[in-house]
Amino acid sequence: MSQMTEAVATGTARHSPMQISQTDVAIDVIGMHKWYGDFHVLRDINLKVMRGERIVIAGPSGSGKSTLIRCVNRLEEHQEGQIFVNGTELTADLKRIDEVRREVGMVFQHFNLFPHLTILQNLTLAPIWVRGIPKAEAEATAMHYLERVKIPEQANKFPGQLSGGQQQRVAIARSLCMQPRIMLFDEPTSALDPEMVKEVLEVMISLAEDGMTMICVTHEMGFARQVANRVIFMDQGQIVEQNDPENFFGNPQHERTKLFLSQILH
Amino acid sequence: MAVQDNMSGSAPRPSLLNDPVIRGIIYQVLVAAAVIAFFGWIVLNTAQNLAAQNKTTGFDFLFRTAGFDISFTLFPWSRTSLYWQAFLAGLLNTLLVAIIGIFFATVLGFTLGIARLSSNWLIARVATVYIETIRNIPLLLQLFFWYFAVLKGMPAVRQSFALPMDIFINQRGLMVPRPLPDGEFIWVLVALLAAFAAAVALGVWATRVRTATGRYPSQVVLGAKIADALVSFLVALLAFSLLANMISGMTTPIVLGASALIAAVSVTRFAPFGRAILAFVFGLTILYALLTSMFPAVPQLVVAAGSALAALMLAWVAFERASDRPPGEGRFPLALLILVAVGVPAFVYWATGAQLAFEIPMLERFNFRGGVQLPPELVALVFGLTIYTAAFIAENVRGGISAVSKGQTEAAQSLGIKEGDRLRLVIIPQAMRVIVPPLTSQYLNLTKNSSLGAAIGYPELVNVFTGTTLNQTGKAIEVIALTMAVYLTFSLLTSAFMNWYNGRVALVER
Amino acid sequence: MTTDTAYIRDTFVPAKPAPGRTGGPILWLRTNLFATPTDSILTVLGVVFLLWAVPPIYNFIIGQAVFPGGTVEDCRVEGAGACWAYIHARFNFFIYGFYPIDQYWRPNTVFVLGAALILPLLIPSAPFKRINAVLFFLVFPVISFYLLSGGVFGLPYVPTEQWGGLLVTLIISLVGIICSIPLGILLALGRQSDLPIIKTLCVMFIELWRAVPLITVLFMASIMLPLFMPTGTNVDKLLRALVGVTLFASAYLAEVVRGGLQALPRGQYEAGASLGLSYWKRTSFIILPQAIKHVIPGIVNNFIALFKDTSLVSIVGIFDLLNTVQAASSDIDWASPTQAVTGYVFAAFMFWIFCFAMSRYSLWMEHRLDTGHKR
Ligand SMILES: Nc1ncnc2c1ncn2[C@@H]1O[C@H](COP(=O)(O)OP(=O)(O)OP(=O)(O)O)[C@@H](O)[C@H]1O
Ligand SMILES: [Mg+2]
Repeated sequence: MSQMTEAVATGTARHSPMQISQTDVAIDVIGMHKWYGDFHVLRDINLKVMRGERIVIAGPSGSGKSTLIRCVNRLEEHQEGQIFVNGTELTADLKRIDEVRREVGMVFQHFNLFPHLTILQNLTLAPIWVRGIPKAEAEATAMHYLERVKIPEQANKFPGQLSGGQQQRVAIARSLCMQPRIMLFDEPTSALDPEMVKEVLEVMISLAEDGMTMICVTHEMGFARQVANRVIFMDQGQIVEQNDPENFFGNPQHERTKLFLSQILH
Repeated sequence: MAVQDNMSGSAPRPSLLNDPVIRGIIYQVLVAAAVIAFFGWIVLNTAQNLAAQNKTTGFDFLFRTAGFDISFTLFPWSRTSLYWQAFLAGLLNTLLVAIIGIFFATVLGFTLGIARLSSNWLIARVATVYIETIRNIPLLLQLFFWYFAVLKGMPAVRQSFALPMDIFINQRGLMVPRPLPDGEFIWVLVALLAAFAAAVALGVWATRVRTATGRYPSQVVLGAKIADALVSFLVALLAFSLLANMISGMTTPIVLGASALIAAVSVTRFAPFGRAILAFVFGLTILYALLTSMFPAVPQLVVAAGSALAALMLAWVAFERASDRPPGEGRFPLALLILVAVGVPAFVYWATGAQLAFEIPMLERFNFRGGVQLPPELVALVFGLTIYTAAFIAENVRGGISAVSKGQTEAAQSLGIKEGDRLRLVIIPQAMRVIVPPLTSQYLNLTKNSSLGAAIGYPELVNVFTGTTLNQTGKAIEVIALTMAVYLTFSLLTSAFMNWYNGRVALVER
Repeated sequence: MTTDTAYIRDTFVPAKPAPGRTGGPILWLRTNLFATPTDSILTVLGVVFLLWAVPPIYNFIIGQAVFPGGTVEDCRVEGAGACWAYIHARFNFFIYGFYPIDQYWRPNTVFVLGAALILPLLIPSAPFKRINAVLFFLVFPVISFYLLSGGVFGLPYVPTEQWGGLLVTLIISLVGIICSIPLGILLALGRQSDLPIIKTLCVMFIELWRAVPLITVLFMASIMLPLFMPTGTNVDKLLRALVGVTLFASAYLAEVVRGGLQALPRGQYEAGASLGLSYWKRTSFIILPQAIKHVIPGIVNNFIALFKDTSLVSIVGIFDLLNTVQAASSDIDWASPTQAVTGYVFAAFMFWIFCFAMSRYSLWMEHRLDTGHKR
């Protein structure tokens, strides 16, 4: 853990409030509840994310972190309350959902690359078939993002031939190829070996530097300190505490937060 | 197992007998000698036995007259035909039943496999019960059931059941119309093939252009619009004609007018309404016809109300689906391709004045005249093989689809890839890699199992050759060797295909 | 610290029931049958199908059926269902074939003995596995053979031609599996061996038998086996079928065992070699026990297939369960429109019970092995 914090702390990013525009709301979740059958997973979630803001969500296992960010691009549907993404409300309307999903990239814990396609094909699939971008152009964009995640030489390999960290970087590049305005990360580093965590976090930090709106579920507290504007702590399906990283780590208020931090930091 | 000589490296060698290499050679020599001795003994015995029975060996019998009847052959057969022709007749009959069976078993098996994964509890349960029942009952028993209990329990010729499209079923099998194409009809067939090829080529080209430039070629988009309207018109015509059969007030002008209206609407943004109406009409007419024949005891009014209700639901689904995917430049021009594949041959048919008459089976005093008679053995065998193999195919399909992790769907969804593209580009290619190899072995199994047709008298290879021919000629060794060679060939071809396929699609791993 | 950044929840939100959902059966219906419009349509179609298919089946099997106690006249009534009275009357024939009635105790003893030996063998936690296996695989077949055929210890001789019904079906499948296990293991080892001649022979044997349908194997056994034997040897008809079935089954079993051998991590082979054990010791004490344990589900599935396949011996004139049912269906005394169907349904049910139970067992074992693996 501490080793990680050091690694990340060498980066230069420090959240700069200028990038946040107070008038431009990227995501607005209002009084949202979700149930799995009879199980009340998310309870009264209220969350407003401004454009350019970086949010880290932490919390014990089963607290509903994944469920929350999956609701934001409607991989899960909510039952009560409202979710607005880029001003569009998420309803059962498939067309609108696809529109929203184009603007929201998602990176999964287990990468979920398409194993039957090469890296380049993984990256160009959605631009070609969703955005209708000509192949040559899509490939150029793909190469650009592969360079950005520092693995252009892997373009013609298959996912199975890459290491975990490389795969996760490809997954990030795949999302970026759709030029999303918001990125969601669901524990992107927790399936990786320690030395690979660093390379993925570096990519995420550089994204943050570029002002990407991000919501990250992660237990990398070093990353949270360095990059986040806000840290949200969830427990039993609700947001228990929320604060800027300094105060969140330095001066936690809620009992649950204190307990959680004491467990995770020691 | 390379480990066998792993020990040789370091240990000193006390004696030659303990050297693994030498020992291996000795083992092999011993085994080879034993096998040779065993075969020698068999050959000797066989020679003695054959000599005692005054029999000769050799394949010259193949060119002698067979002198028996075969109830069903794909080429003209008479008692003067030769034994090799009998072999061929049996082989062709085996292939015939295998091909028909493979086709139907694939359709049924994929349906059941998908049904078993359905989120609908009832559908999944029905499929499971089917699979668990059919898999656990011997195929031969099922064949006996279909042949002796069902087909032999069919009414006699005079009381034949009439099925739709002038098909009749009775104890003697299935009577189907015989197509009688005239001289010009060959052009229609040529056009059919050419148009199909053209449609495929058009589809491939359109997809290429779409990938390369980001949009479908403008001619194709225009063509697709026209095709949409035309196909809508034809489909509507069919739907309203069906309705006209049910309701007396629908005259031809009304049918034509309504169809034209639907066609016109189909290129506007009100297309979903047209779709909904068509779905309603199809649902109503087909369900009504089906239900009245399934439940003759239920009053017609109830059936009509029930079908109308179900059709309404169908219309709703069609409406929702159509409004989710409005007609647009970005859609694959399926209607155009269908129009090319169907329309061009239809035009040739009309232009050349070709005729395709059907000789309809007619019940005369004692039997049917005309048409093609499919023997009950063939029908029972196809039925049995299809139903049995489908249960196994369904399990393969289920396994293949569930092998594609949910994460794949979610990744595609989160990129905004639409459902159709998601299936076509992400899910199906991955599922097929898992499904194809076991599917091929099911095809091989079906072909091998068709040999059970011998037990119900279908003249396939084992029946005609290993049965009758062997009995008449007494050439046991030759006949059985030939039969085995045929099945061995099937098997080798199958594994050659599988190796090729596996090599082609194997996922590259580290 | 701005007000919209810092937030601390003071009141905990308790779980509440989902809106518009009453839970229980209605929730279940909504999620499982009417989740989407398409689902609703499928449900309606499914219900229609069941309404159409189930009542006639129910009427045939129970509603309109003639149960034991009924007469053949009842079965001949128009619209009568299954003629269970006929099954009841010919039940002994279906179970024992032509076995002499006063000797039924002999097959019965074999049934009881077999059940008593195989049940503890199938239960993983039952003790004395080794003794149990020896008794079942070696002692039981010998005892059964002498008990059934007689001619010793004052038991009257019963030729195999008189054996039949379920008895023969069970005999063929059990003998088939018992004999094919050692043969299959040897073949699998041979195929994995790096002695080229042995490997080639095994591959040829396995691939040949797997390529041809069982029916040709049975034809071959019943026609060619007598030809291969020295002149004058008389090979029993049942024995010929047994030879055919065993050879056939061993090829399939070999492939199952090979799967188990290949699934073993290489370390196991190397560990055995590094202990300095000889090939046979290594194989029989380290490799095989593990490989076999992993392929038990596969062996059971093979056994299910074999059990169904035994019905093919009726083609070479052996009176197994299917053949007795088939023969009895032309019994004039019980001639009725539903006679044949009733027989098939009965036979199907008998086969189904055995196969279904075994497939559940194999699934259960698979599950057990899976979880055992992780621990
Ligand atoms: N598809 C589902 N059906 C029913 N319950 C679910 C489903 N998915 C998740 N849950 C439950 O919802 C709760 C929240 O799950 P979620 O995955 O959001 O937790 P999490 O905070 O992401 O945990 P982790 O840190 O382990 O990933 C858990 O109790 C889980 O068991
Ligand atoms: Mg999670």
